Amino acid sequence: MKGGVNDETTGSWTAATRRQLERRLPWENLLPDRQPFYVGSWVYVFGVVTIAALAWVVLSGIVLAAFGPQWWHLSGTGRFFNSLHFWSVQVFFVFMVLHLWGQYFMASWREGRAPTWMIGVVTFAISIVAAFTGYLAQQNFAAQWIAMNAKDAINGTGVGGFFNVLNFGQMYGLHVMLLPIAIIALVFLHIVQVRMKGVVPPIGHAPESPVMLNLRK
Amino acid sequence: MISQRAGQTAEQGVRTVRYDLLKELAIAMIVSLILILGLSVLLSSPDVPSVTIQSWAQADPVDLVTTANDELAGQSATALYGPPYNHGTDAVQSIGPISPQTWGGVHGRVDPPNDFVINPLKQAASNDAQLSADISAWQAASADQQSKWHDAYATALKDAKVTDGKVTVADGDYGPMPNMMGHLLSLAQTGALDGLLLSSDHFYQTDYSKPLLFMNDGGYVPALADGQHLTGDQWGMMNETGLYPGQTWLWLYTLWYQIPPFNQVSYTDLLVVLMMVLLTTLLLLVPFIPGLRDIPRLVPIYRLIWRGYYTETEASAR
Repeated sequence: MKGGVNDETTGSWTAATRRQLERRLPWENLLPDRQPFYVGSWVYVFGVVTIAALAWVVLSGIVLAAFGPQWWHLSGTGRFFNSLHFWSVQVFFVFMVLHLWGQYFMASWREGRAPTWMIGVVTFAISIVAAFTGYLAQQNFAAQWIAMNAKDAINGTGVGGFFNVLNFGQMYGLHVMLLPIAIIALVFLHIVQVRMKGVVPPIGHAPESPVMLNLRK
Repeated sequence: MISQRAGQTAEQGVRTVRYDLLKELAIAMIVSLILILGLSVLLSSPDVPSVTIQSWAQADPVDLVTTANDELAGQSATALYGPPYNHGTDAVQSIGPISPQTWGGVHGRVDPPNDFVINPLKQAASNDAQLSADISAWQAASADQQSKWHDAYATALKDAKVTDGKVTVADGDYGPMPNMMGHLLSLAQTGALDGLLLSSDHFYQTDYSKPLLFMNDGGYVPALADGQHLTGDQWGMMNETGLYPGQTWLWLYTLWYQIPPFNQVSYTDLLVVLMMVLLTTLLLLVPFIPGLRDIPRLVPIYRLIWRGYYTETEASAR
């Protein structure tokens, strides 16, 4: 052993990665069974409900994708799964926005947590694009009209030739594959960041202040 | 949820309490599922059927013929649009020298006179010598003559009558227009035009650019959208058909379309998109922007969120 590292693993990318993960994200942080006592507000529930709704969005979306884009127009069961998808998206966005505002007023980027905030904002932006492509992929009147209207904004930015909202195949592919993968990956990163850094302390909180030391029992 | 119990051990300088991450997630999953199931069972989801060129031609044949007349003469919104569809200029948005739409260039060229009218009619003209001759007459005519036929027919269409689905206008010098448009209307009413605008050299199709652009040039679809409160001046992009919530998260994007100076310039879309890019960037960089990052400290909402903490610490300080 040399400095706690086995000589045989020196120079090993795998071992170095494992050591970094063990140091920066130990199991106690990844799956905690204790939290600071100030983590007790309903505001903390917004984030976890957002994740739960995302899970239902993905699961209902998998069923819809498995049966194809026209199924839900023709089948009562399909319509039911589309309803689950529709409402889980609504719940997802409601709680994501509540989570965003809650974290803003908690100034949750403090003490090295700016990357966590930024990943969250990017996830929010990509989620809007994912929902937008979903509305375009509905294959009904709303999808037609949204495509007709949205084309002008997309074309105005010069990307209409590459991101063609009138092309159902392109929008459907983005909606059921690429954008969900991006969102799930970003949400995973967001959670890992939260677990690595821990929950942001209250504004004005000083861990070693006399007040806090008195609270240690 | 947090299970708070007195006498917990201290970690990282802070008193901690019991917490079960996975139980919290499981409860959130169950509660959200109950909510989503309840909404789905009670309210279902919106699904107003799509409009086809066939349904348009059957419901409002005069509008379809009027639109096709403009397409043939190269005077429709799509024909004059500009990038990425063609080299027109009517829909090109720029702020001074900044014109990303022009920079983006033309992709997937759309040629309304040929794509929407001539080529579909040629399909139908294979066994119709008169139609074939009319198409040739149109193509052989000078631009000035084509324009005169178009204008005269467009004027006559304002007083057109519909009998058994056929459009008739007062006698006049319209050249080959009535016969050509009559055949195009028949193609549309049978549903053939839906397929002809979608087909290309490939068997499988997913690109609906041409039929959607053709329908968007008419007045029928926008009128339906207006009835469903979906147009731009009705905050359309964030609305959904019926009484269902739509993309309410687009409220800020849609807001700019309702207010000056955004709704008073010719480059509204570009200005709105640039504004949203700016605002999203500001949101992304909040942690680093003095003022924006200080608002939470000035607005005592955080004292409500952590009221237990502040009550406890302030009582302890006294």
